[in-house]
Amino acid sequence: MAIEIEKPSVGLSKVAVSETHGEDSPYFAGWKAYDENPYNESSNPSGVIQMGLAENQVSFDLLEKYLEEHSEASSWGEGAPGFRENALFQDYHGLKSFRQAMANFMEQIRGGRAKFDPDRIVLTAGATAANELLTFILADPGDALLVPTPYYPGFDRDLRWRTGVKIVPIHCDSSNNFQVTPEAMEAAYRCAESMNLKVRGILITNPSNPLGATIQRSVLEQILDFATNKNIHLVSDEIYSGSTFSSSEFISIAEVLETRGYKDSERVHIVYSLSKDLGLPGFRVGTIYSYNDKVVTTARRMSSFTLISSQTQHLLACMLSNKEFSENYIKTNRERLTWRYDMIINGLKNAGIECLKGNAGLFCWMNLSPLLEEPTRESELALWKVILNEVRLNISPGSSCHCSEPGWFRVCFANMSEQTLEVALGRIHKFMEQRRRN
Amino acid sequence: MRLVVPLQGVVQGRGGLIFGSLIPCALFYFLQLYLKRHRSPNSRSNPPSPSASAQNLAEMNRTSSRSNLLSRGSIVPVLISSLATSISKPNDSPYYIGLDKASEDPYDRIGNPDGVIQLGLSENRLCFDLIEKWMLENLNDSMRGRKGGDLSISGIASYQPLDGTMELKMAMAGFMSRVMGGAASFEPSQMVLTAGATPAIETLCFCLADHGNAFLVPTPYYPGFDRDMKWRTGVELIPVHCRNTDNFVLSISALNQAFNQTRKRGTKIRGILLSNPANPVGNLLSREMLCDLLYFAREKNIHIISDEIFAGSIYGNEEFVSIADVVDSEDFDKSRVHIVYGLSKDLSLPGFRVGMIYSFNENVLAAARKLTRFSSISAPTQRLLVSMLSDARFIKEYIATNKKRIRNMRDLFVAGLEGLGIRCADSSAGLYCWADLSKLILTYGEKGELELWEKLLHVAKINMTPGSACHCIEPGWFRCCFTTLDKEDIPVVMERIRKLADTDAASRG
Repeated sequence: MAIEIEKPSVGLSKVAVSETHGEDSPYFAGWKAYDENPYNESSNPSGVIQMGLAENQVSFDLLEKYLEEHSEASSWGEGAPGFRENALFQDYHGLKSFRQAMANFMEQIRGGRAKFDPDRIVLTAGATAANELLTFILADPGDALLVPTPYYPGFDRDLRWRTGVKIVPIHCDSSNNFQVTPEAMEAAYRCAESMNLKVRGILITNPSNPLGATIQRSVLEQILDFATNKNIHLVSDEIYSGSTFSSSEFISIAEVLETRGYKDSERVHIVYSLSKDLGLPGFRVGTIYSYNDKVVTTARRMSSFTLISSQTQHLLACMLSNKEFSENYIKTNRERLTWRYDMIINGLKNAGIECLKGNAGLFCWMNLSPLLEEPTRESELALWKVILNEVRLNISPGSSCHCSEPGWFRVCFANMSEQTLEVALGRIHKFMEQRRRN
Repeated sequence: MRLVVPLQGVVQGRGGLIFGSLIPCALFYFLQLYLKRHRSPNSRSNPPSPSASAQNLAEMNRTSSRSNLLSRGSIVPVLISSLATSISKPNDSPYYIGLDKASEDPYDRIGNPDGVIQLGLSENRLCFDLIEKWMLENLNDSMRGRKGGDLSISGIASYQPLDGTMELKMAMAGFMSRVMGGAASFEPSQMVLTAGATPAIETLCFCLADHGNAFLVPTPYYPGFDRDMKWRTGVELIPVHCRNTDNFVLSISALNQAFNQTRKRGTKIRGILLSNPANPVGNLLSREMLCDLLYFAREKNIHIISDEIFAGSIYGNEEFVSIADVVDSEDFDKSRVHIVYGLSKDLSLPGFRVGMIYSFNENVLAAARKLTRFSSISAPTQRLLVSMLSDARFIKEYIATNKKRIRNMRDLFVAGLEGLGIRCADSSAGLYCWADLSKLILTYGEKGELELWEKLLHVAKINMTPGSACHCIEPGWFRCCFTTLDKEDIPVVMERIRKLADTDAASRG
């Protein structure tokens, strides 16, 4: 909660002084270490390699090529017709052409197995804003959302900070590859009840961050049944849906609804963004797709605090409605991520490290529990510090993702060049060898 | 169940309506009788309240005959939050209703001459030709960036500092300084950039006030504040009324009175929200008044937020003084001063979403920086603007031409109104004028003003913002934005008002 700081002469709010932004946790502390001593192939080869940032840099060339060949996307064409309307356009409905392009793109990612209605798309400046917005809309301050662990550390901030909503974890463990079970959901619900918290929804990330794995259809069905049974909402953050290594392995909640004839779908909302799949986090493009009319209306109105620049909407509408580009991009991006994933998994295996079997995302979930002095969070953080300071790799400790089992780490592989990844794997190999010798 | 199925057959088939209503009625009566006799005081198992009409009961029976009660049209729908429920209600402010009506049937001199003329949107369309020309000459270079390095797509694609790039902050600092006449200078490190001024002001509220706290706001004020500052923050806005006799300039005594009254009822005031230049009146705060406000804020230990978004729209001869200038030049406690700015009005780029918080308080900046993750400016837009704002020659020409054109439009528009006997408040800035239409009101009061607003909107087909939407305490004032018009449209506006006034006068006899 709020921590007492030396009172300034004129007071600030509780939100301003609260620690809920979480920027003092190891997840962010590692970033600071990287910022102070960043690896550079030529100028700083012994610096810290950033493996804690889930960013996709493997397919920039495809974007660059498109922009080279299609200047009308970034310039409104010869004589800039349409510029005026675009510059004035601040309608929170968003550009129709862009919403259409997003709907099509989302359909392509799901191999056409689900349909998306552009009028159900609400635009936000990033998925961070989308998740916060949904929380404001689905829950009152003091209510709770259930979130399976391990989960993205940013949720602690995005879902709770300004909304006053609480997160109650659904504990998952390695005995079944960290999958959600009805028992675990029930336990979390009862836990919330015992704390007098009203549960308003369950939020899943599919594909999962940090696990790097898709949720199986049967589990999705169980989650949807649970939500229906408790009459709560279901938010599915599908931000990594385009980063699955094979198109067929990702099942979106939209597909589950489709097979159920969209019965009782008003409780379901999907969050998406172009930050991961298209590698454009700087563009700030997020969406809420809701099957609930009231949520769509309200989210739209509230999106006035987080609109996407109309210039960017125009650019991306051009890019994403170019079928040739989008199909090629999705396919090539998948192939390159698969290649990277295989590279890192094999590299880690050679060093004697096992990972959770993954099939998506920009990271792998590495098991270092055999290296722990004791199976405790403190041991895990001690190991994390060693890896940060001696091996000079910034990876994310499972405890910052609220993992109930110590010793797991999230390692990102798509935010660097192949050469850098080789260097990182080399360092890990050396580190493991040294430990074996000792 | 078994009773109901044959009932269905009766209702849907022969016997139709009569049996369809008679039998359910009878059943209903007997059901009530039964329940009355058997209801225990602690029983919670009341049926969903039966409606009085038999038709509704027939409906209910028909739905309960289906085996699945939780189908679409669930008896207990999944609920949204209280905040969302209140936001989902239809907008009842004339400000928003008028904007919607005008956009449904927009006036076009050639294509739709009987459409609604939009005077309710403070947008500046007078200088697009200059911006378009700049785009034509510079856009490709600026978007492509120089060869490689930081300015290729990877330079703008990846995560940027969430509170804006240093390049853009520097460019904004330069622009603001020029726009405000060069007296004040701005430090890039004291800026937090946001996706528009709307999130800037909300973020400041989140940093300065807790749920249930309040801000003092001089009236009349921009209707959007009621949404932007209150919705999610839970903050209250306390109006401090300004009057025509003072040309709607704030008085410290009114401020003091509002402060004391609010404190008496147990609400904590966290700050004052000023708009300078004022919206909707368009007047400026003098240096003396700004000093007085700073003294007041110090005495009460509260913040001042100065929304200076119209600073580049000065057309009068009065000098604009930014609160930054006063705070720099005199010995005031800076930690309570925060400025909101943006490019929507002065550079006519509302769609691009460029706003900022400028603060002298390091703690506020630290908190605001973290909050901008929810509303950052898009990277391609940052790059484009760095280019545009750094073009000193273009900016100089733009600012000068903009002022001239706003003044010309204003003079024409105000003269037109004066020709109809309608007076405007004294003003030197903004994209609008504050007109006194009280003579056209039938019954003097808020109700009369709204009736006039409706007539203007639906009969004369002009959308103006009524003073009551801006919390003006004196009825009859309307805000008219003239920068979305062409010169040729002004006579059309005046003619429509004249016609309405004549018709009204005639009907009054």
